[in-house]
Parts: sequence; structure tokens; C-alpha cells
Amino acid sequence: MKYIEEFRNAELAQGLSRAIAAAVDPQRIYRFMEFCGGHTHAIARYGVEDLLPTNVRMIHGPGCPVCVLPVGRVDEAVALATQHDVILCTYADLMRVPGTNYESLIKARSKGADVRMVYSTLDALKIAADNPEREVVFFAIGFETTTPPTASAIKQAQARGLKNFSVYCNHVLTPAAMRAILGAYTDEGAPNVILDGFVGPAHVSAVIGMRPYEEFTRDYKKPVVIAGFEPLDVMQAVLQLIRQSNEGRADVENEYARAVTLEGNLKAQALTAEVFDLRDSFEWRGLGAVPLSALQIRPEFAAFDAEKRFRVEVPNPKENKACACGEILRGEKTPTECKIFGTVCTPDNPMGACMVSSEGACAAHWTYGRFREAPPLEKSA
Amino acid sequence: MNAPLDKSLRKPKARALDLKQGRIDMSHGAGGRAMAQLIEELFVGQFDNAILNREHDAAMFELPPGRVVMSTDTFVVSPLFFPGGNIGSLAVHGTVNDLAMGGGVPKYLTAGFILEEGFPLSDLAEIVKSMAKAAREAGVAIVTGDTKVVERGKGDGIFINTAGVGVVPDGIEVCGDRARPGDIVLVSGTLGDHGVAVMSKRENLSFSTEILSDSQSLNDLVADMLASVPGMRVLRDPTRGGLAATLNEIAHQSGVGVELAEAAIPIRGEVKSACELLGLDPLYVANEGKLIAICPPENAERLLAVMQAHPKGREAAIVGHVLDDARCFVRMKTQLGGTRMVDWLAGEQLPRIC
Repeated sequence: MKYIEEFRNAELAQGLSRAIAAAVDPQRIYRFMEFCGGHTHAIARYGVEDLLPTNVRMIHGPGCPVCVLPVGRVDEAVALATQHDVILCTYADLMRVPGTNYESLIKARSKGADVRMVYSTLDALKIAADNPEREVVFFAIGFETTTPPTASAIKQAQARGLKNFSVYCNHVLTPAAMRAILGAYTDEGAPNVILDGFVGPAHVSAVIGMRPYEEFTRDYKKPVVIAGFEPLDVMQAVLQLIRQSNEGRADVENEYARAVTLEGNLKAQALTAEVFDLRDSFEWRGLGAVPLSALQIRPEFAAFDAEKRFRVEVPNPKENKACACGEILRGEKTPTECKIFGTVCTPDNPMGACMVSSEGACAAHWTYGRFREAPPLEKSA
Repeated sequence: MNAPLDKSLRKPKARALDLKQGRIDMSHGAGGRAMAQLIEELFVGQFDNAILNREHDAAMFELPPGRVVMSTDTFVVSPLFFPGGNIGSLAVHGTVNDLAMGGGVPKYLTAGFILEEGFPLSDLAEIVKSMAKAAREAGVAIVTGDTKVVERGKGDGIFINTAGVGVVPDGIEVCGDRARPGDIVLVSGTLGDHGVAVMSKRENLSFSTEILSDSQSLNDLVADMLASVPGMRVLRDPTRGGLAATLNEIAHQSGVGVELAEAAIPIRGEVKSACELLGLDPLYVANEGKLIAICPPENAERLLAVMQAHPKGREAAIVGHVLDDARCFVRMKTQLGGTRMVDWLAGEQLPRIC
């Protein structure tokens, strides 16, 4: 697997680990947020934590599309599938996200709803073409990376005259979420989360480029280092963040130059702008209502907008009160600080979305890292 | 002994089964002449052995001395034909291997078929031939069976159940609860081949790969291993849930921990690439022709040599060791130099893989 294995190389990792150890000021604590669930997953899966000094803390951010989807939107998707007899096409992770009263799409399916797992928007289009007598709804979620394929699917459906295809749009925007985290203050006026910088998104940045992060270096004085999703990418980004912190700089740097350019993917940006425009406000799990943080389908494409085509009414959505997904997504709590982590809430029986997606902070910690909390191992015989 | 009956005198001559164009219909499961013809021309014809040929409802046989080991497994794999095998060969290998993992010498199998109305007889014939071939190669006989037909839309072509019996020789004691701290963990070859081969043919995924399923019977390999290391503690085939699920089961049964070394685990480049693409972890992908062996440390090198000397164990490797750990965690030193858990599988990763 050329071009991937190189970014998991043990010798290079040891070298970076030594460089990071040499660069840190032992007198201070460094707190960096990795925005993306992809980074959270890489850190946990490859054991990156073991290669960082203890005064470098990685704080998990809200960049997990499944995790930030609020309960209300899950409830609406369940209602679409159960009340309107549509074929609801969804990515696998979403099937298990609990809505109000632990209802989920996978439970709806077991009760007879036609919910199908797809790997891409093209699968959903094919299902629509193969089932002209049925309404087919694609449950679209994700940040800027998955938006262009959804836009493309809508345009293809229009071109092919697929009148039974529509999209339930939940696409959200990265910079708005970063702004929401940096702009949150306690009643005493202190920032909710103390951060020294961001490991910036990988795939998202390949689409949107580097410029959207300039406001964070300019207005909030937080360094941003865009990094790929491989473990060496993350370590290199951490080293660059430490250097910026030590030098008192706040710049946008690009560790992921093999995929990310200053301007990003202009074609994808144009396609997105053609099909979507901004919502005034959108509810995020954990962040609450965030202005100008999500996309909706433009009126020209209203025929493909499931929200326009189907009337869905759900009672007041209710989150599990004990679930700390909100604080965890804001970086205010670690997974183990949640009362139900690992007791009531596990990947087999998730109470909150952070335990569902493999990119969620709770699932990543439970699946890969929970041996760290337990008492030290006895020596092998 | 009576002279054998001339069966042609007993039944009126029917037209032979149309194995090219014919399809299963409800009469093939109704207990009448059509069912008898299907059994005789296809199943008895292919599985051909003295016990089955007597056509009793139950097979009668003697077993050599020793403890009897018994297992059953049901196969619903989709698609039915995949690179390197089909549901028929898989159904034989699966049960033969379950018996072998108990330290048993597999002897006899049963075969139950649930067929869907409309299923092509040509496909059924190919599947049954593969079963017969797999059984011959593994040295087992399919001695009794059953056929049911369900209406169109109530099945998915064909489901197969096999059950089997074997005999465990005296002095052999392999079981999932016998791993001890300090023991060594070996695998017999590359992991994830079966799962990736099947996935590559799924309707909504179809990617091209050279990977073949590793579906094969392992009783001959196990025989060599036990002859050389009779003190073997655990044998297990990492099927559904892959190496990760199987090691977690063993850790819990034995009340121990396991530590793997990622760099030592044999996985083909193509399998790694496919898993990367599909977002799967090869440690959780199913195998149908590989085994995990756990043995005392002093036997490990000898066992490895015996495995590597066998054609089905050429790529065998030592991948980890057993630890004292009351929490029964399976952990792994990553290639990068960190440590992580290798946890139970949550939810379903690859439905209908076997």
C-alpha cells in the first residue's frame, strides 16, 4: 500500500516523537484540538498518545458528522422512513444513532421500515432508478467533503429525470463550528475551552482550501496546522503547533500539502454553491443553534429537497440527560468524564452519538484506548 | 448379505433432471417423486458413499475409539459464488474446521438444504459438486441430508446447514479456556482474504481484486500440528469477526489478556488496500481457511516450523503472547510504536460473510 504505509512508518514516528519531546517547554501544558473525527480515530487507532509527552494534550473536536447531528434530525429521518413509506438510504454509521427514546433507523428497519445502507450517493441514485414506483430519500450528512457528491447526485437526478429521488440535507460547515467553539465563554467571561491551536481538517481542507482558517489566526490568535489523517501527519502537525506556540505565532500552516492547496477544489466549491445555499441557523448536537453553519438545497432544486416534499412532524426531541456528548463535542469534557461512559453507554448499546461513529471521541477511546484507565497490568508469568 | 436390489426395477423411469435449464419448484420439497429424483440424481450421485447410498432417514456408522466431537453451522453467504469458492465448499470447510479446532479428526457430515423456488438446478448442481469435492479432499463422508423448498421470495436462493462428528484422539486437550500467561499466539497465514474476496463481489461494491477466498479444510494441517505438539492449548478458526473477535473470545474463556504485535501479523497488500478503501479493519474481517494456535512458549518454534512446512501454513507467523490480565483485554503494539486495544466487534461489519 504505497503512499499510505509510509505515513505509518515506525522509525519516522520515533524521530518525530523525539523532536516533539525536544521542542516542548516542560513548564507549560499544550492543548491542541484535533477538529476532525478522522484525526481522533487515527490518534486512538495507532496509539499516537503513547508517542507524545504528557504535557501535550489532544482535545477531541466536533468534526464527526454523525456525532453532531442533533436528536431532532434523527427523529425526523425515522419519521420519514416510518410515516411516508419511503426507501431511506443512509450511510452505515447513521443507522445506529439514537434519537428520542433510543429510537434509531436500525430499530425502525427491524419494525418494517425500508432503510438501506449505501456506500455512496450513486447507490442511492441506482435504487431510485430501480424503484420508480417508490419514493427514495438520501439521508445526506457530513462536512464540506461529502457535500459535493450530494450536489452531484441532485444534478444527476435532475438530468436523468429521476422524479422519485430527494435528499434530506444535513450538510454542515467546519469554520462555523470552530467559530462556535472559540466564541463560547463562561458567565465569568473566560473561554469555555482553553486551546493553544487546531490540528486542521484533512479532507475538508482539500475542498475548501486554507483561506477559511485565516480568521482564526487573525481574530483569535490560534495557530491552525492542516494535517492528513495518517498518524505521522498528526504528529508532524503537533510539532508545528508546538513550534508556533513557543514562538508566539498564529499562522495557517499546511502539513497536508499532498492534497490541500491554498484555494482548495474550485470545481467542488462551484458545484456546492450551485446546488446549496446557507441556512440562517442550524441545530448541532453539543453546540446548539449555530448561525450560518449549515447548507440547504436552493429553491431551484426544491423538487429534490425531502424537507419540501414530505411533511414530517415529530414531538419535541429529547436527548438522554445523562449523556455528555454535548460537552465532549465542545471539548469541555473527556469521554471518561461522562457518567455513563462504558457503563450504560458502549458501542454495542450507544446512548449518545459520540459512541456510535468510529470517529466519535467516545467510541475511539472505548475501542482503542480504555486499557489506559484501568489499573496497571501485572507482569506476565 | 442379500444381493443388491436392482433399483431400476423399483421406480418407473422418469426423465432425468434438467441440470442446464431446470429450476427448483415446490414439488422438489414435497416428499414425492420429484424430491426423490433430486436426491437420487444429484445428492446421492455426488456425495456417493456406502452409508448414504442405503437411503435410510438416519445414517448408521461406527466411530473409532476416543471422545466424539460434534458441531453444526449454517451458511447464508451472499453472493453464493465468490472468488475461490462457493456456499457449498464453504459449508463443508466450515464444519470440518470446527471439528478440527476441537482437536478432532472429522469423520461424517450431514447436509441440510433450504432451497428457494426458482433456484436454477445448474447452480445447485455446481454447489453440490463443490461440496462433494471438498468432502473428498477433507476425507469426510456426507452421510445424511435434508431438502426443503420455500416459496419464491421467502429465501435467498439457497441456505445450507452442515453438521459433523469426529473423534478426538486420547491425550489431545485443546479448548478455548486453556490459554495461560506466557503462551505464544500463532496464525497459520494471511488474514482477511475470505471477507475481502466476498465483499469484492457484492452488488453495490464490486471492485476488482485478485484476492481469492482462503476457504479450505484445515484438518490435515491440524493433524501435523498435534502430532508435533500434542500439548497445544487452543485452536480456533477466526471466521466471523476475524482475529479480533476470536482472540477476545479466547481471552474471556481463559481469563487472560493477549498482546499482539501489529508488525508480525501477515496481511496481503491487496487486502490492506481493500480494507483501507472500505473503511474496514482487516483484524475484524472473516477467514475460512486459517487458524489461530496457542501453545506453551517452549513449543512455539517447533510448532511454527511444522506449520510452515505444510502447504496450508506456509505463511504462518508468531503474532503475540498471552498475558496475565483479569480484564481479559486484547491489546496490540502498533506498527507506529504505540499501544491500542483490539476490542470486540461492535455491530455488524460485514453481514452474510459465511
